[in-house]
Amino acid sequence: MSVFLAKRALALVATLLIASLAIFLVLEVLPGDPALIVLGTGAQDDTLAALRRQMGLDRPMLERYLVWIADLLRGTLGESYTYGRPVADLIGERVLVSLPLAVMAILLSTAIALPLGVASAARHGRLSDTAIMGFVQLGVAVPNFWFAMLLILLFAVNLGWVPAGGFAGWEEGAGSALLSLLLPAIALALPQAAILARVTRSSVLEVMREDYVRTARAKGLTRGQALWRHGVRNALIPVVTIMGLQFSFLLAGTIIIENVFYLPGLGRLIFQAIAQRDLVVVKDLVVLLAATVILVNFLVDLSYAALDPRLRLGNGG
Amino acid sequence: MAARGGVMGLIVLGSRSRAFVIGGAISAFFLAIALIALVWTPHSVFEMAIEDRMQGPSWDHLLGTDQFGRDLLSMLMVGASNSIGVAVVAVGVGLAFGLPLGGLAAARRGWIDELVMRFNDFAFAFPALLSAVMITAVFGPGGVNSIIAIGIFNVPVFARVTRGGALVLWQREYVLAARMAGRGNARITLEHILPNIASLLIVQGTIQFALGILAEAGLSYLGLGTQPPLPSWGKMLAEAQTMLYLAPQLAILPGLAIMLTVLGLNLLGDGLRDLLDPRLRQAR
Repeated sequence: MSVFLAKRALALVATLLIASLAIFLVLEVLPGDPALIVLGTGAQDDTLAALRRQMGLDRPMLERYLVWIADLLRGTLGESYTYGRPVADLIGERVLVSLPLAVMAILLSTAIALPLGVASAARHGRLSDTAIMGFVQLGVAVPNFWFAMLLILLFAVNLGWVPAGGFAGWEEGAGSALLSLLLPAIALALPQAAILARVTRSSVLEVMREDYVRTARAKGLTRGQALWRHGVRNALIPVVTIMGLQFSFLLAGTIIIENVFYLPGLGRLIFQAIAQRDLVVVKDLVVLLAATVILVNFLVDLSYAALDPRLRLGNGG
Repeated sequence: MAARGGVMGLIVLGSRSRAFVIGGAISAFFLAIALIALVWTPHSVFEMAIEDRMQGPSWDHLLGTDQFGRDLLSMLMVGASNSIGVAVVAVGVGLAFGLPLGGLAAARRGWIDELVMRFNDFAFAFPALLSAVMITAVFGPGGVNSIIAIGIFNVPVFARVTRGGALVLWQREYVLAARMAGRGNARITLEHILPNIASLLIVQGTIQFALGILAEAGLSYLGLGTQPPLPSWGKMLAEAQTMLYLAPQLAILPGLAIMLTVLGLNLLGDGLRDLLDPRLRQAR
C-alpha cells in the first residue's frame, strides 16, 4: 500500500508541476508581452514599462515561474489590476458562492442518480427501466445553460417563486442565499445526475451477473437482498470514479451557470477577468481550478484502491 | 461489419438497433440542414429588418423573426453548420494527435507509455471550457480558438481509448506472429491494431462529436466562440436570455436544436456500439 501511495503521490506532484508550467507558458510566454495584452496597443511606453516592472516581466522567465510557484505554495497570490486588490481576497469572497453551489449540485445529482440507477437496474428491461433510460438520454443531451434558462422562465418569470438571478448574500440570512443558489444547483445537477444514473445502472447490472451474487442467491437470498448486500456496494467503484471525473465538468459548468444567473462566484470572476484582460487573475484562478481537479482525481484514485483492494497491487495503467 | 456489406448491410444491421435508426435519422437530418445552409438559406442571416422584429411564424418566416427582424429558421440553419463544423474539426484534431500518441504508448510501453499517460492526466485537468478560457484570454475569442480548445480536450480521450484497445491486441497471437515475421511497430499498428480498434474509435468519435456540440454552444453562449454577426446556437440563446420576459419563444428553438442534435448523436453512438460490438449489448 505504501509503495502504491508513494507512486501515486509522485505522479500527483509531477502532474501539478506540468500543469502549472503549461499555464505559465500559455499566459505569460506565448503572448510575447503580457503587459501589452493587459493595456492594449494604444498604451503609453512609460505605463507599459511600469506595468512590466509590477508584473516582474523584467526578470528572467525561469525566475518568474519559480517565484510564482513559491508564492502559490505560501498562499500569496498576485494582485489584480482591474480590482486593485489581492487575488486571494477576490477568491476568498467568491468561493463562498461557488463552493456551496458545487456542493448543492453534487448532493442533488447523487440523490437523484443513485436511486434512479439502482431502481432501473432492479427493473432491468421493464417499462420503468426504459422510462428512466429515456430521462437519462434527455438529461445528457440538454445543455445546462439552456435548462437553466427554462428554469428561470418557469419558476422566476411565470411563477415568480425565486429570483431570476443575482445573489442575496450570506449576510441577508442563509435562507435567501440558499434560495438564490437553488435553480443554479438544479441546472448544474441535471446533466450530472443523468450520467451518474446511467453509470450506476450498468455497474449494478454488471455486478449482478458476478459469481458471488449467484452464490448469494443460491444461499437463499432474494434478488433484492443480493442486490443490496452485494450488488450496490461493489457497483459503487466505477460510480465513484465517474463522480470524480464529473467534478471537472462541474467546475467548468459553474463558469457558464454563474453567468446565466449573474452569481458573483469564481466562474463569473474568471469570465470577467478575461473580458478585462486581467491576466494575473486568470493565471492564478486557472491554476487553482486545475489543481483542484487534479487533487480530486488523486483522491478518487485513492478511494478506488480503498474500495477495491486488488487495485493496490497496481499494474501501472 | 457494416462496411463490407455496403448500404444494404447497413440497413439490415440498422433494423437490429432502434437507437441506431432513430439516432442516425436525427443526426442525418441536422447534418443535411448544416450542408444546405452552406449554399442556401430562406433569408440572409445578416439582413436586419427592425419593422419585422419578433414576429410569430408566417409563410415568409416559417419560425418567426428575432429582435432585429432576422429570420429565425435561417439563423438556426447557419447555426447548425457552425456547431457541426466546429465539433467535426475538433474530433479530427483529437484523432490526429490522440491516435498516434495512444498507439505509440501501447506499442512501446515503458517510459513513453508513462509519459503519454501523465500527459493525459494533466490534460484531463483542463475541461474544454477551462482551456478555452486560457486561449481566449491570450488570443481573443473566435471560432478557430474554440476549435483548438475543444480539440485539445479530445486528444487525451482518443489517446486513452486507442491505448486501452491496443494494449489488449498486442497480446494476441496474430500480433506476436506478425512481430516474429519481422514487422515493425508502425506496420503492425496499421495492419492489425487499427482495423480492430476502429469500432471503438468510431463510437468514441460519436460521443466526442456530441460533447463538442455542447461545448461549442457553451463557448458561444459566453461570447468566447463564434463571433457575431455570424449566428450560432449558443449566441442566439445568450441574446434570447436578455428578452426572456418579452419573447420567451426565442429561447426555446436554439436550445431544442442543440438538445436534438446531441440526443441524435448519442443514440447513434449507442446504436453503433451495439452493432459493432454485440458483446457489450448485454452489459448496458
